[in-house]
Amino acid sequence: MFQFDTVERSLSRFVTGAMARRAVCQSNPGCLSGTAGASSAKSLTGIRDVVGGLLPENVSSFGGEIDSVFRLILYVVGFFFVVAEILLIYFAAHYRRSRAKRALYSRGEKAREAAWVLVPAAVILMLDLGIDAAGHRAWALVKQNPPRSEVEVLVTAKQFNWNFTYVDKNGKQGSGNDLTLENELHVPVGKVVRMILTSEDVIHSFWVPNFRLKQDVVPGRKIVAWFKVTKPGTYEIACSELCGFGHYSMRGEVIVHPEAEYARWRAEASVGAPASR
Amino acid sequence: MSTAIATAADLAPVHEHELGFLRRYIFSIDHKVIAKQYMTLSALMALIGGGSSYLIRWQLAWPETSIPGWGPVGPDNYNALITMHGTIMVFFVAMPLLLGGFGNYLIPLMVGADDMAFPRLNALSFWTLFTASAVLIASFFVPNGPAASGWTGYVPLSDKALYTGVTWGQNLWIIALALEFASFLMGGVNFLVTGLNLRTRGMTLMRLPLLVWLELTAAVVFLLSVGPLVAGAIMLLLDRTMGTGFYQPDRGGDPLLWEHLFWFFGHPEVYVVALPGFGIMLEVIPVFARKPIFGYRMVVYSTIGAGLLSFIVWAHHMFVSGMDPRLASPFSVTTIMISVPFAIILFAMIATLWGGSIWLASPMLFALGGVATFLIGGVTGIFLGSAAVDIVMHGTYFVVAHFHYTLFPVVFFGGFAGVYFWFPKMFGRMMNEVLAQLHFWVTFISFNLVFIPLFLVGLGGSPRRIYELSSYETLKHLQPLHIIATLAAIVLLIGQLPFIINLVYSLLRGPRSERNPWHANTLEWTVDSPPRHPNFVVPPRVYRDAYEYSVPDAVHDFIPQDLAPEEAFGIRGVAD
Repeated sequence: MFQFDTVERSLSRFVTGAMARRAVCQSNPGCLSGTAGASSAKSLTGIRDVVGGLLPENVSSFGGEIDSVFRLILYVVGFFFVVAEILLIYFAAHYRRSRAKRALYSRGEKAREAAWVLVPAAVILMLDLGIDAAGHRAWALVKQNPPRSEVEVLVTAKQFNWNFTYVDKNGKQGSGNDLTLENELHVPVGKVVRMILTSEDVIHSFWVPNFRLKQDVVPGRKIVAWFKVTKPGTYEIACSELCGFGHYSMRGEVIVHPEAEYARWRAEASVGAPASR
Repeated sequence: MSTAIATAADLAPVHEHELGFLRRYIFSIDHKVIAKQYMTLSALMALIGGGSSYLIRWQLAWPETSIPGWGPVGPDNYNALITMHGTIMVFFVAMPLLLGGFGNYLIPLMVGADDMAFPRLNALSFWTLFTASAVLIASFFVPNGPAASGWTGYVPLSDKALYTGVTWGQNLWIIALALEFASFLMGGVNFLVTGLNLRTRGMTLMRLPLLVWLELTAAVVFLLSVGPLVAGAIMLLLDRTMGTGFYQPDRGGDPLLWEHLFWFFGHPEVYVVALPGFGIMLEVIPVFARKPIFGYRMVVYSTIGAGLLSFIVWAHHMFVSGMDPRLASPFSVTTIMISVPFAIILFAMIATLWGGSIWLASPMLFALGGVATFLIGGVTGIFLGSAAVDIVMHGTYFVVAHFHYTLFPVVFFGGFAGVYFWFPKMFGRMMNEVLAQLHFWVTFISFNLVFIPLFLVGLGGSPRRIYELSSYETLKHLQPLHIIATLAAIVLLIGQLPFIINLVYSLLRGPRSERNPWHANTLEWTVDSPPRHPNFVVPPRVYRDAYEYSVPDAVHDFIPQDLAPEEAFGIRGVAD
């Protein structure tokens, strides 16, 4: 099986290793006597950092898989993009009209000529299939095979709010300590949270950039989504499907607690705010 | 050739100056006049659609301020603006310009026909589109404003007045689209019959200029894809006016039905617009490189392949819509595979430059600018085509930047290349090259400065169609990118002034053009500038394909399609 991560690491080491070693050596002459290994390990993340810097910080268990597909595509299309643009500019500049010289008469119909186009196209097809395979693994992980859940939440979207109702394992309410919150979802870190999403009016979309999770919320359907957060903190939920004049302000928060804190919060919240429905 | 079809030659009197103003310029059945009508309509709609982008961009950069020359824009107005911007630009600017305008003008001339197969149907197509435009513009002035549910009109948002507050605006939007579709259905049939049946003697399919191939493919794709959306639009109108519930879940309807119907048409529609734009670039590049197009057959087959593939990719717009997740990977495969035919077409254009004798005149600059920028649109499509990455990118500014990088190059770079290239033919006058070069560089640089920042806004996680992003802590830091994009957008809009000035000046005062100022091969350059009606004095005879440039031993570095072999090669040609 093609292991993109391994390839990427060695590629990254190859490209940035030399540069980083030189940079480190300038500030630290001692590196010449055998500490280059450390600097190369440090530079390992060079390309990944630049790419990662463009995206919000990932804090979900599966976000890294999506990000690595993103980088795979970036490297593949980046290569073809750069080559195509260089050729375009080079040809346009180099073959400028000079009165003395007639253009080359080449119709590109012979196999040998057409190969200049068809071989790159065939390579693109192969790389496309590689991208498809890598993408399928990440997609299936996020959307196709939800793992066994430890927290269950019913998410109800309506213009222009997110309502979160905690339910028991069977997706049923009314176990005595269920609870509904508006625009605020509290979850424990490191636990699989399963959401059942539905809408009371129009289509909304549940989007947490830091989780790499997006799922449309459709009236008349109960759609399941899941996530597991790796780092406590507060993360924003944005509605990502146009849902009316308040669409831009349909904001919520996921508050990710350490496990003990979550248990405490849950106990207090259940007492303080009895079920609203 | 079919002789059963009456052409304009049978219908129109030869002395057209005897016609009154109305018959000659308004209710004309001359395909060239109708083409100019389409182009004029497209330009007027572009003023509205392009102008709306100024309001959208200003709001996004400085949300707290009142827009200079306009006033404050509220969230509901903002949603109406983005809806109308998208609708106008795709359906009332791109299609009228590239199909109605260039297709109408060039297909009959290029295949050697005197007019379209059905000249009166052609006029009816235009006037139907004119009515559609009037209906759409009228929707700005009805109570509760124009449609505000996005150019995709997703249900149930567009299905009940309750959800957006928009009443007749949305109904008129549906009616305008239905009329627009009817117009291009008639136009598409006309294109097909003309392109296939009215080809002159010797004009075999494999000698057709590529623009004709791409226009015809676009017409077929449109004809085959629009039906489902017409049905969808009728159901939407019935839901809104008659109380049916096709899209309402509480009455047994399904919101995802609309998404499927819309995108079954909506994705092929991208190619309906893109292919004619590429067609223009494919005509311009060989002329200004003085070389045959590299791999004519490859381009033709890739075009047909892209057209076929476009029918089985629509659900990539719906990866996170809630449809069965097992559908995602198959649609990823077909979507990403579309990169292959388009790569072949783009590589063929680049390979045509190799070893050429390139003149970077304004049509060529715009064509190459179109290739350079479309490459960005193409490669960013791979990210969105991959279902896994689309979880992150769907519905963000990355999508906005992506489709502007696909449509702007074909519609505007392609369109401007076409205008600068064929203007001498259309009006018998040359355009000013200095203003044209200025127009290109300002447009090219500012366009990139608008949309590259928007890719970064999308990567940063910002959803599209939001009135302001300051309510989100994690998105606030993206605001400077919006300001850069807006400043560049203002330059881009102002940068169109040299074009408008050039257009008006050249129409009135441009130097007279000869028949074939660019030394090109296709048949339209063999007739007067502007051509008379009917187009040809005698039906031309075609001896070769359209791209015989720099042929060794030929008398000139170009051999028009209708030039007899003995004239092209002198005495040696006869011996061949």
